[in-house]
Amino acid sequence: MNKVMKEIFSASTLNTVLAVVASFVFGGVLIAFANENVQVAAGYLFARPADFFMAIWNSVFGAYDALFRGAVFNYKLDGIVAMVKPITETLAYATPITLSGLGLAVAFRSGLFNIGAPGQIMFGAMFAGWIGINLDLPFYIHFPIAVIAGVIGGALFGALVGFLRATTGANEVIVTIMFNYIAALLLGWLLKTPVLQAPGAVNPISAAVSDSAKYPLLFGEQFRVHTGFVMMLLAVVAVWWFLNRSSIGFQFRALGHNPNAAKTAGINIGLTFVLVMAVSGALSGLAGTTQILGTEKFLTTGVAASYGFDAITVALLGRNNPWGVLVAGILFGGLRAGAVTMQASQGVPIDIVLVVQSMIVLFIAAPPLVRAMFRLKAQKGGAQ
Amino acid sequence: MKLELRGITKRFGAMTANDNVNLVAQGGQIHCLLGENGAGKSTLMNVLYGLYQADGGDILLDDRVVKFSGPGDAMAAGIGMVHQHFMLIPVFTVAENVILGHEPTKFGGLLDLESARAKVREVSARFGFELDPDAIVGDLAVGVQQRVEIIKALIGDAKVLVFDEPTAVLTPQETDELMQIMKQLREQGTAIVFITHKLREVKEVADKITVIRLGKIVGEADPSSSANELASMMVGRAVDLDVEKAPAKPGSATFKVAGLSAWNHAGTKVLDDINLEIHQGEILVIAGVQGNGQTELTEAIIGMHGKTHGSIELNGQQLIGKNVKQVLDLGVGFVPEDRTEDGLVAEFTIAENLMLDRSDRKPFAKGISLQLDVLKKFAEEKLKQFDIRAQGISSKASELSGGNQQKVVLARELSRELSLLVASQPTRGLDVGSIEFVHEQIVATRDRGVPVLIVATELDEATQLGDRIAVMYRGKIVGIVPSDTPRSVLGQMMAGISS
Repeated sequence: MNKVMKEIFSASTLNTVLAVVASFVFGGVLIAFANENVQVAAGYLFARPADFFMAIWNSVFGAYDALFRGAVFNYKLDGIVAMVKPITETLAYATPITLSGLGLAVAFRSGLFNIGAPGQIMFGAMFAGWIGINLDLPFYIHFPIAVIAGVIGGALFGALVGFLRATTGANEVIVTIMFNYIAALLLGWLLKTPVLQAPGAVNPISAAVSDSAKYPLLFGEQFRVHTGFVMMLLAVVAVWWFLNRSSIGFQFRALGHNPNAAKTAGINIGLTFVLVMAVSGALSGLAGTTQILGTEKFLTTGVAASYGFDAITVALLGRNNPWGVLVAGILFGGLRAGAVTMQASQGVPIDIVLVVQSMIVLFIAAPPLVRAMFRLKAQKGGAQ
Repeated sequence: MKLELRGITKRFGAMTANDNVNLVAQGGQIHCLLGENGAGKSTLMNVLYGLYQADGGDILLDDRVVKFSGPGDAMAAGIGMVHQHFMLIPVFTVAENVILGHEPTKFGGLLDLESARAKVREVSARFGFELDPDAIVGDLAVGVQQRVEIIKALIGDAKVLVFDEPTAVLTPQETDELMQIMKQLREQGTAIVFITHKLREVKEVADKITVIRLGKIVGEADPSSSANELASMMVGRAVDLDVEKAPAKPGSATFKVAGLSAWNHAGTKVLDDINLEIHQGEILVIAGVQGNGQTELTEAIIGMHGKTHGSIELNGQQLIGKNVKQVLDLGVGFVPEDRTEDGLVAEFTIAENLMLDRSDRKPFAKGISLQLDVLKKFAEEKLKQFDIRAQGISSKASELSGGNQQKVVLARELSRELSLLVASQPTRGLDVGSIEFVHEQIVATRDRGVPVLIVATELDEATQLGDRIAVMYRGKIVGIVPSDTPRSVLGQMMAGISS
């Protein structure tokens, strides 16, 4: 199984780009199918075929144009603020997805299939949120403490998985999946107790984070994008340096490629498992802080949204390379931001975007999976 | 029966594993196919056995072209194969294993084990095998298991019998016995193809020798040729097989193992009261058939074996209880048995592999920051010093040949200040040229006054490289003897008989 995972994560850049393009084409087919005008025109296809193809073009172009307007630049609106708002929305969505994707990339590169980003994001958000809500300190102290608390929360929750793997050999895939439930249910419960629930609230929701713990906004009140985005860019550079230029990152990669050789070379495997999961969890924890201290401001059970799972795809799409993860993260942020406009202006369901995202995963993962299922040999290296 | 391979060509991608290979094997002859590891011997035999389809050329049996789409076809045509790794089911009896795949049945589809037993008795009597058809295969010695494989092929009425590196797992005595069996089969008119890279065996039984190098037949050799002549044909240049080394000048015994026992996960004792000493400037070879505790001994020294009891002392320091890193830090160099599995990270570059055990310390790291310029200089120097043939230091380890991979491992391990060198089968699977180089490096390390422990499974390597030889059998040291001990005595010791 590990071999299959390795192959999935080593898809070439060309494969990856083609997978994205093919997914959009497939999404286009679905949009055309679901479009009423296309269905009507299909009824008299042989009488006036041009109508049919025009209808297809209009539906697909209309949908993707709306996606573009919602994600990058809305040329149909008046005023520069309204026109550039979409790209800032994209960046706001991309921030937690990319951060968490970076964390997963670190784990995947080290041979650990961390599926626990959702739980780690929630832990980061809980830790950061508690500090942000309950303490009253000046910004220069409050904000850093809240962010660091979130990073520590994610790191601890991740490290625990590494510790279980190192001491008992527990499979990290299963443990992280179960830990996601633990985190979600713990968060849900704490939101009904005085620990996190806002005083007097009936719903499971926390009080607002104090202003002194919030990520400052980047471009003023009109845009949601905040300094968490800058933090994310710094994290990309830091993770790149860590993996490629630091001795610990080197040991992580050695462990990921060949644990036996790493062990023989004197690398402490158990300790490295814990460190890998701590670093991975810390980045997802940081993603949690950008949510609670930046975008959301209130803690709810939905604080991690689907970012933790999107992050898996983003790490896959970015081929576990920090720069690749950044590009993939922004693409996914854009899909999320654009989907809303697409639905509002063209009536194309948001689910189409989910289909496109899922198709990307299928197109990248399927060839190795199909080969593994049917025990076909990979094209390269047929010789023994 | 006459087997002929005519112009067989087999390609894997850009690599040509067999290039227009011709080979004729006659009944009543032993035909040796001699070549180094990776020369294309096994590929050729897999083509013959129907496991691979040739890209060109024909297989002829008694001058008629035949096509095999799988081993079943080959077996039906009368070709049997004794594989290097036995294809036997350990929990089945001899008779059950022998009939596997073509089970005889009685009325009503019931398994006819009685006829199988009778057949095993008949064939084993014919060759003097003394096989009990009801013995469980897993309980038999390796050499006896091999006879089960041979009987399996013979019962399928094989007229051509292919032996693929059959002696790799045998003791010297068992090897001698196998040679006798081959000669017997020859008398009975079977055509035998014997694949090997061991010159001694070739010289003993071959009627005809075909040498294969880099996928091509380089020529036929006479069985009376000298070992050096055969080796030169195999390698393509003049070689000298003898290890050149001056007599050892042993210093004080700095490495001492006393009363060392170890248990595996299942709780079985794998090392039993091991006692040995190695002096500075001396090579001690642990000889023995694979799987008699050698791996566990090296693991125990290096700190990777869990349950151990006893004492391993290096320069007065106790190694038991220390982890791998602490052991390496005391100056232990370790060349593992399986270099691709334990010695190298295939996806890493040569340079990265060279710092695998020291990536977190000076000069390769300052704090946690890797010093890539230091590494580059170091790697370029080692590339030259150890004659590692590669495009450059950024070539991946997986792109290197076995010999060059081993040079990378050696370069890493020998570039530290050593107080002990442990090398497990350091020349396994290497070409002759690399073997020479590895041996030179090991002797040079000895001459610098380092105690050296080598694990060897081939007697030739043990006697040539070692200053003393310790023979292991079932986790015990049978005896420690000088390296000029006769082969026959060493062979008996490897079978557990102490002199």
